[in-house]
Amino acid sequence: MSAVLTPVLRERFDAIRALYPEEMSNSLVLPLLHCTQEAQGFVTEDDTVMIAAYIGVPAMQVLEAMRWYTMFHGAPQGRHVVKVCRNIACALRGSESLIAHLQQRLGINVGQTTPDGRFTLQTVECLASCGTAPAMQVGDTYFEQLDAARVDEILKDLP
Amino acid sequence: MKSDRVFQSFPVTADTHTLDAYRARGGYGGLTKALTAMQPLEVEQQVAASGLQGRGGAGFGVGQKWSFVSKKSPVVYLCCNADEGEPGTFKDRWILEHSPHQLLEGMLLASYALRVRHAFVYIRGEFDLPLRRLQGALQEARAAGLVGERILGTDFSCDIVIHRGAGAYVCGEESSLLNSLEGKKGYPRNKPPFPAIKGLYQRPTVVNNVETLSAVPWIIVNGGPAYAAMGVKKNPGTRLFGLSGHVDRPGIYERPTGYPLKKLLFEDAGGVLGGKALKAVIPGGSSTPILTAAEAEHLTLDAEALSKAGSMLGSGAIIVIAEGTCMVRLLQVLTRFYSHESCGQCTPCREGTDWMNRILQRILAGQGTAADLVSLQEIPQAIMGKTICALGDAASMPVLSFIKKFGPEFQHYIEHGRSVHDGRLTV
Repeated sequence: MSAVLTPVLRERFDAIRALYPEEMSNSLVLPLLHCTQEAQGFVTEDDTVMIAAYIGVPAMQVLEAMRWYTMFHGAPQGRHVVKVCRNIACALRGSESLIAHLQQRLGINVGQTTPDGRFTLQTVECLASCGTAPAMQVGDTYFEQLDAARVDEILKDLP
Repeated sequence: MKSDRVFQSFPVTADTHTLDAYRARGGYGGLTKALTAMQPLEVEQQVAASGLQGRGGAGFGVGQKWSFVSKKSPVVYLCCNADEGEPGTFKDRWILEHSPHQLLEGMLLASYALRVRHAFVYIRGEFDLPLRRLQGALQEARAAGLVGERILGTDFSCDIVIHRGAGAYVCGEESSLLNSLEGKKGYPRNKPPFPAIKGLYQRPTVVNNVETLSAVPWIIVNGGPAYAAMGVKKNPGTRLFGLSGHVDRPGIYERPTGYPLKKLLFEDAGGVLGGKALKAVIPGGSSTPILTAAEAEHLTLDAEALSKAGSMLGSGAIIVIAEGTCMVRLLQVLTRFYSHESCGQCTPCREGTDWMNRILQRILAGQGTAADLVSLQEIPQAIMGKTICALGDAASMPVLSFIKKFGPEFQHYIEHGRSVHDGRLTV
């Protein structure tokens, strides 16, 4: 089944399409997945059919991309998605205790969402914040040179 | 403006990323010079004469890469690889945040040399400020007639498109990047054909790293030979070295190639965190073989010296590890990463990275056996050289080098079920 391409979304799709040379319409798969996810918070299988129809590629190609790339998710997440880097430079500067602190403070494990839907906690790989480790993202925003106290402050200020 | 700094030649302030600030420090002088006084081939020749090598990790000669592109092809693409994801690496981010116009100018110069009409920046999807800075710079450049139709009133037209990735380390591999840019999952391609022959949509395509392209304006302004005169002869120029881990003042340090590691670490960056002794360094991003403090003692930071020491200069990302760090746990951080990021196309890498990670997990759980240590040395042999892209090698080299250099720590963990240290990764 295909989701409905709303006029607002169509306008955004058209603007993205205008950026690319005409012969490169296949390149629209990732930008349109990003665009859809930004608009509604997640992308469903139905959305991939809608995107595929817009571009004129097999739905399977969009669905495959949606499932293969880690940044796309098929279901709503918490209002704030907290993504803590667990890779080497952050691990050397204390990300493990940061993750433990977040789990305890939010009362959830990595991969879970708080019952009030406010926070989703995730671990991610290197965010290129190695010089300012340890680091995390909340939504798109980077927070760096963290410790437990700073994390508490950041969480407290979020709606 | 002649300076021995290609990047860090200005103090970073709140507006160093803007067009005005870039122009005030001589920005777009290289583009003006090339479009008014140089033929495309001359631009290519200057870059070849500079001896510039790729800064993404592989270190391939840029002039050579460009020379592979057919001058007769009606369509040639340029892709800037801004999918910075090699753990420990954060130098491209420095350029994107503080001097994004320098990248745009470098891309325009490369496009002029290679007769590119459409150029792309493939930027990693997680980047926030770097993306916004680059988008802002591109808007400014378009409005100023520096990108688009008839640039600076000449016949040269070139558009630049910013394309976001979506969270896949493997897409930093150039052929995987091209597949991703074509809207597919990022499986690396078999080579040959190399991208310069058949790349994006089967057209000749040059893929260069952010730092690589951003060095081109300096080369055009000052001349290839001036660039070749910096650093060591065989891989000249400067590098944006990124120091991270157990170092007092982590950050990006631009230094000429051949700079002594100890000078960089102890004099420029304040030494090891907490005054601890140095245990080891990973010299060029997490994939490059680890070196002990003794091996690092007289090391200079150039490709040849690193190769002699049994490692690689890679992306210039130096990860510092202090005495007292548990190497078994640290290695598992890396095996977890590579098993997570293996794209799954080649069996040896898909299965091998997962096996290595599970074995290390078992050792960390106190259930390791002597045979595990043998397996950890055998599995990489079954991966390396047997995969389509370099991720298999990248996943294998840390395992082999950690065990070779710190074998007794692994044996101790297996025999006693616990770390020879207290198991900590932090100082």
